[in-house]
Amino acid sequence: MKSATAATEPGPAEAPQPEPLRWQVGTVTAIRPQTDRVSSFTLTLPSWRPHRAGQHYDVRLTAEDGYRAQRSYSIASAPEAHGEVELGIERIPDGEVSPYFHDVLVEGDLVEARGPIGGYFVWEPGINGPLLLVGGGSGVVPLMAMLRARRAAADRTPALLLYSSRTIEDVIYRAELDALGTEPGGPTVVHTLTREQPPGWDGFDRRIDESMLAAVLDRIGGAVADPLVYVCGPTLLVEAVANGLTALGLPPARIRTERFGPTS
Amino acid sequence: MRPAVIDDPLVLDANAVAGDLREIMGVEITTYVARCAHCGNRDALGTLRAWTHGPGIVLRCVICSEVVIRWVRHPDGPRVDMRGAAFLQPGGSPR
Repeated sequence: MKSATAATEPGPAEAPQPEPLRWQVGTVTAIRPQTDRVSSFTLTLPSWRPHRAGQHYDVRLTAEDGYRAQRSYSIASAPEAHGEVELGIERIPDGEVSPYFHDVLVEGDLVEARGPIGGYFVWEPGINGPLLLVGGGSGVVPLMAMLRARRAAADRTPALLLYSSRTIEDVIYRAELDALGTEPGGPTVVHTLTREQPPGWDGFDRRIDESMLAAVLDRIGGAVADPLVYVCGPTLLVEAVANGLTALGLPPARIRTERFGPTS
Repeated sequence: MRPAVIDDPLVLDANAVAGDLREIMGVEITTYVARCAHCGNRDALGTLRAWTHGPGIVLRCVICSEVVIRWVRHPDGPRVDMRGAAFLQPGGSPR
C-alpha cells in the first residue's frame, strides 16, 4: 500500500512542468470605445488560458522590415470569460502600438499576443483584508478585472475604488461602475475629477493627496483594518499614492503597485 | 525601511517585464522573493523598479536603488546579470 505522503506529494520527477509562454495569433472579435481615448479590445485566442485578476498580456506588432514593438496591456475581463480576453487600451498619441489598435485594427484582424502574465499584481477572491483599489486614468483596467472577479465570486470582502480621471467623460466603465456601486455588497466607488467637473458635482475635484487617501481609508476601517491595496496608473500618481498610504501607516508590504509610465 | 522616492515618470515595476522574465527563465519568477545584495532588503521580485527604455532592462532595489538584476538581448540569446541578487527564493514570503 502506498503511503499517504507518496500519494499526495509528487517527487521532483513527477512535479508538473511549467507551460512555456508562447506567442499566439489572436483574432480581434470586438472593439468597444469606452471613452474618447480608451477602448476595450476583445481577443479570441486559440490557446486561451485562465487568468487571474490583475494580470496582463504582452502584445507585439511586426513591421514588414521585421521591426517589432511590444507593449503590455491589462486584462479587464473577469477570469471566467472562457476563450477570450478583454484588454483595455488607451490611445497614446506618440505611441508605437496603441495608435495601431485604435486607428487601424478592425474586428476580424489578427494580432500576436502572449499571456496571461504576472503573478505579483494579482487579486483573488478570499485574499485577506479589505480591498482598497486606487486607479488613475487607464490604470483602472486591472482594478476593474478585480471588481468583476469579486462580483463573479460573490466575494463580500469590503472593497473601495478611488478612481482619478480628468473629466467625467474620461471615466472608463462609468455605467458599470455606477451599477456595481449601488448593488448590495458592491464596492464603494469614489471618483475624483481633476480637470473639470460637471455642474452639481459633489465628489472630489483634485489630484489624489494624503487627505483624500485618509478619507477613503477611513471608509474601509482605517489602517487598523489592514487593507490590501492595489494602485495602478501613471508612475507619478502611483508614487504619490504609495508614499501617501505609507505615511498614513500602511505597511509597504500591503501596497502592490503597477506603474504605467508617463501620462499621455 | 521605506521605499526610495521615484521622480522619474518612465520607471515601471518589474511586474511590467514579467513576460520577458518568464521567456528568459522559463517560469514566473516575479513572485519569488529576491534579497538585495547591496542593502539586504527582501521582497517579491515583482516589486523591483524597472528601467525599460535603455538598450537593456535594469531592475533596481526599491530601498537602496542599486541594480539587482539586468539583462540585454543578444543574437545568441539573452545575457542576464544577477550579481545584485544575494538569493532568489521561490515561494518565499516577503520580509
